[in-house]
Amino acid sequence: MTDFATPVPPEIEQPRAPLAETTEMFLHNHAAVAGLIVLVLVVLAAIFGPSLYGVDPYEMVWAPFTPPGSEGYLLGTDYLGRDLLAGILAGARVSLTIGMAAAIMSVFIGITIGAVAGFFRGWVEEVLMRVTEFFQVLPTLLFSMVIVSLFGASLPVITVAIGLVSWTAVARITRAEFMRIRELEYVMAARASGAGNFKLIFRVVLPNALPPIIVQAALMVGTAILFEAGLSFLGLTDPNVVSWGQIIGSNRPYILDANYTVTLPGLAIFVTVLAISLVGDGLNDALNPRLRAR
Amino acid sequence: MMFTILQKVAYSGLLLLAVIVLNFFLLHAAPGDVADTIAQSMGGADAETMERIRADYGLDLPLWQQLLEYVTGVLHGDLGYSFFFNVPVTELLLERLPATLLLVITAQLLALTVGVLLGVISARRPNGLASHFVTLLALFGYSAPVFWTGIMLLIVFSLMVPIFPVAGMSDATLTGGWWAHAVDVAHHLVLPAITLASIFLALYSRLCRASMLEVLGSDYIRTAKAKGLSEGQVVVKHALKNALSPVVTLAGLQFSAVVSGAVLVETVFSWPGLGTLALQSIIARDTPTILGILFFSSLVVVVVNLITDMVLRLIDPRIRTGVA
Repeated sequence: MTDFATPVPPEIEQPRAPLAETTEMFLHNHAAVAGLIVLVLVVLAAIFGPSLYGVDPYEMVWAPFTPPGSEGYLLGTDYLGRDLLAGILAGARVSLTIGMAAAIMSVFIGITIGAVAGFFRGWVEEVLMRVTEFFQVLPTLLFSMVIVSLFGASLPVITVAIGLVSWTAVARITRAEFMRIRELEYVMAARASGAGNFKLIFRVVLPNALPPIIVQAALMVGTAILFEAGLSFLGLTDPNVVSWGQIIGSNRPYILDANYTVTLPGLAIFVTVLAISLVGDGLNDALNPRLRAR
Repeated sequence: MMFTILQKVAYSGLLLLAVIVLNFFLLHAAPGDVADTIAQSMGGADAETMERIRADYGLDLPLWQQLLEYVTGVLHGDLGYSFFFNVPVTELLLERLPATLLLVITAQLLALTVGVLLGVISARRPNGLASHFVTLLALFGYSAPVFWTGIMLLIVFSLMVPIFPVAGMSDATLTGGWWAHAVDVAHHLVLPAITLASIFLALYSRLCRASMLEVLGSDYIRTAKAKGLSEGQVVVKHALKNALSPVVTLAGLQFSAVVSGAVLVETVFSWPGLGTLALQSIIARDTPTILGILFFSSLVVVVVNLITDMVLRLIDPRIRTGVA
């Protein structure tokens, strides 16, 4: 029997920390979790793979076009008899590093331009958005090809060439968020209590504008990896550094003899970018719960 | 309306002017100048000859004067001279432009038609088979490097099952009338166009699906159904007409990406367009040509953006009257 004398206090649902809620939502998304696991594996392979495997990707180790699985060479050898697995592992480092660095650079440029445009409005916005449109008109790959061909095909130049052309999406998103948030009451309150423009932009508005920017930044790493792969496929890369696109580009003339030298590195790019975009989609759903209905 | 169109045209002109100015400064930032190139092709020249060449080409003038001359030159269709191909750059580019336009426009139209079709089908059954297919396709289109997709198609459909030609735009040994040639070019076009379309197909079908789902939920669609119109009539005449404008907008915005993708696809299939020329001229360090390509492709993007704008005005009266 229930004891009427001591009433049970109604359970009050504790408001949960936003981060915990986001994490939980993310973990409920199986595709996103799978993407994250694959991504972690790729990163681990890039960090520890080359030393664990211990084969020099630049050395001729066996007869050219040794098919995968034979003689202990797991993925076979390329047209110069270099070990393909060693090349893919070493290429992972280059692809991931350039992808990350270029994405960071473009997110930095995009946030700065978008934030200033969306915060100050007026002629500043006008000028900055014209600059953004200018960069949208330039065919990005051609422009980076020009930069790389003029300033030399070194990894820093390639990174800058990619970062310089990929920031427009981030700028547009940031601007839209800033235009929305700057009109909100807490921003007005912060302004009234004496916060300067710098503080308003970086401490008040930016943290609240971050969710869509984070999603875009995640996707941007994937785009940058594809971009780098494209450039190095065309041969516009440091010829002394092995990367996924470069393996494909240099082995392409021999697809009749051995198509795995092209198929496998491409698969590496595909799987990595796929993992990143799954994670990005998961972040999108987790950070914007209102959009989940779609 | 006429005024806004003129405004857009003027603004596009300014964008192109900016590209020309950028080109000029890139040309100057490049190591070595025209005199070096000429001296190289002559097998070396003394300092006096170099001076004379520089004076001939106006390289001793102040920078702003050179810029002015460069801009007026480009506006008159003079993009410089290609010392590698030994022809004026404009002539070279005009010769290559049709191949690129053919590829890019075919791919874009293919991506739009199939994308919209898939989007509509999957929007009608949000949890059906087509819907999942669109999601998968979108993931693939986003994640697979386009040059790799091209090589994979090449391996399967040209090497393993030789249905399509491996490379080029036409068969040099072909005899016959223009019809035979047209069929031949179309035959060569299939794989490159599908490859290039694969990136954008996914994008368009995904957006079309989302926008159709939104429109199909609105009140006027229910009204149309209540009037007793057939399902097909409602979907095509009422819903699709309104759902299409975001897709067309995106297609316009994507065009510079399509041109970028074309560079890779042309390289894979040895398609004789601006993309393969760009790579050739980079390898040959032929700066005027590569900058000319940058200008030409920007021109194509700007013109396509203008056309997109007009198309949007045609299909969406809200933009025409300035209500939206």
